[in-house]
Amino acid sequence: MSTNMTIHLRYWRQTSPTARGYFENRTISTVNEHMSFLEMLDVLNEELQLDGAEPLEFDYDCREGICGSCNLVINGQAHGPKKGTACCQLHMRNYSDGDHITIEPPRASAFPVIKDLVVDRSAFDRIIEAGGYVSVKTGSAQEANAIPIQKNDADQAFDYAACIGCGACVAACPNASASLFTSAKISHLSHLPQGNVERSNRVVAMVEQMQEEGFGDCSNFGECEAVCPKEISIAAIADTRRDYVRAVIQG
Amino acid sequence: MPTIIKALQSQVGRKLMTGITGIALMLFLVVHLAGNYAIFASAEAFNIYTKTLESLGILLYMAEAGLLFFVLYHSFLGISIWLGKRKARSAGYEVYKSRGGVSRQNLASRSMILSGLTILIFLVVHIWSFKFGETEMIMSADGEPMRDLRQLVIDSFTTWYIALGYVVVLSLITLHLFHGAWSAFTSLGVTNKNNTQAFKFGAYIFTIVLMLGFIFIPVYIFATGGMGSLIAY
Repeated sequence: MSTNMTIHLRYWRQTSPTARGYFENRTISTVNEHMSFLEMLDVLNEELQLDGAEPLEFDYDCREGICGSCNLVINGQAHGPKKGTACCQLHMRNYSDGDHITIEPPRASAFPVIKDLVVDRSAFDRIIEAGGYVSVKTGSAQEANAIPIQKNDADQAFDYAACIGCGACVAACPNASASLFTSAKISHLSHLPQGNVERSNRVVAMVEQMQEEGFGDCSNFGECEAVCPKEISIAAIADTRRDYVRAVIQG
Repeated sequence: MPTIIKALQSQVGRKLMTGITGIALMLFLVVHLAGNYAIFASAEAFNIYTKTLESLGILLYMAEAGLLFFVLYHSFLGISIWLGKRKARSAGYEVYKSRGGVSRQNLASRSMILSGLTILIFLVVHIWSFKFGETEMIMSADGEPMRDLRQLVIDSFTTWYIALGYVVVLSLITLHLFHGAWSAFTSLGVTNKNNTQAFKFGAYIFTIVLMLGFIFIPVYIFATGGMGSLIAY
């Protein structure tokens, strides 16, 4: 049996990319602890619609923490207070009756607001386009065990490949740097033999694109690792730095 | 592949150079501290040390030029990173909170620009007052004339506001290094998931030992009125 909680929400409203945004306050009293954070917002939207108001726009897709669509900044923390958890997997049992919750879009010049809490993350797509791929001859897939890979390398590549590209790292970074995202995408390929071939071009092109998109410098705050729903280590960033130097030296 | 100039302008290059110049400046601090302790060695040791440094001529100028370059490059990068962050997040958060845990956001890392700028201003005052400070010429035991910098140091640190000022600035350098000493090695890419804790621990120990070494001198001289038994006469 769960009782209803009353939650005082304060969320960002912005009708278009160029419009001036503002905060709107609304209290909802039918929240129960089993709801995910996004389901709580669904309840909010139902109430808004019944009142004839515009629903609050926010990004989501899978709601099971694997797609990287949701990226709300909740009470000043990307994806909210829980370690290793995307906000779609954050449940209202982490809050108590009468709590005040402020919801903001991820703030970065490279992530312009489209509407309300939805931001344009195509900057990430362009970083991937710059080199986050392997060029292979198409055809039938090779037998998976045909290329031996050290377990360490396979594990590390897998850890980095867990990045879902949600942008929490950028949202939480005091400098709005995209170093963790970019480094995870560089390193998960470069550790594997298939990705090793284009290693040098990849690191240089992706680092360049990240800078061009207007993300800030890294200051080793490590906040990105703390908020990452996939808990990707900033060791990825150190990895990228080594890779970059190697690429420049080898020419 | 990018040219060296382009590589240095990239965000990775900027970070690397911040680390390299930072480590160079930390090494300089170690040498500086070793030199400072000549004040406790013998009555003449400190003045002979400074005189020997000055007699190096061209070598000293080269070392000074190198240090100036490191300081200016490090400052330029730091200021430019700070300005860049305002550009990269033109609209800020109403509420912002660190997640804690593995985050290294703390007073030290958040105040790098403030501690850094204070250190930069301090450097000008420091060099002005000690390198170019007015000193008496005295004769060494060998009959060589030398600047009595030792007396200048003692006179300075027996003045309460100078001693206090040094302790404050040295504390700010300690704060700067609490983030900087570890961060420099991460910037060079030598840290990984397994050794990060060790590097962090080492950096804290290094900072604390080094900076206590510096802070001891003005505190000791002030506390003993320049007449402490450690200072040889």
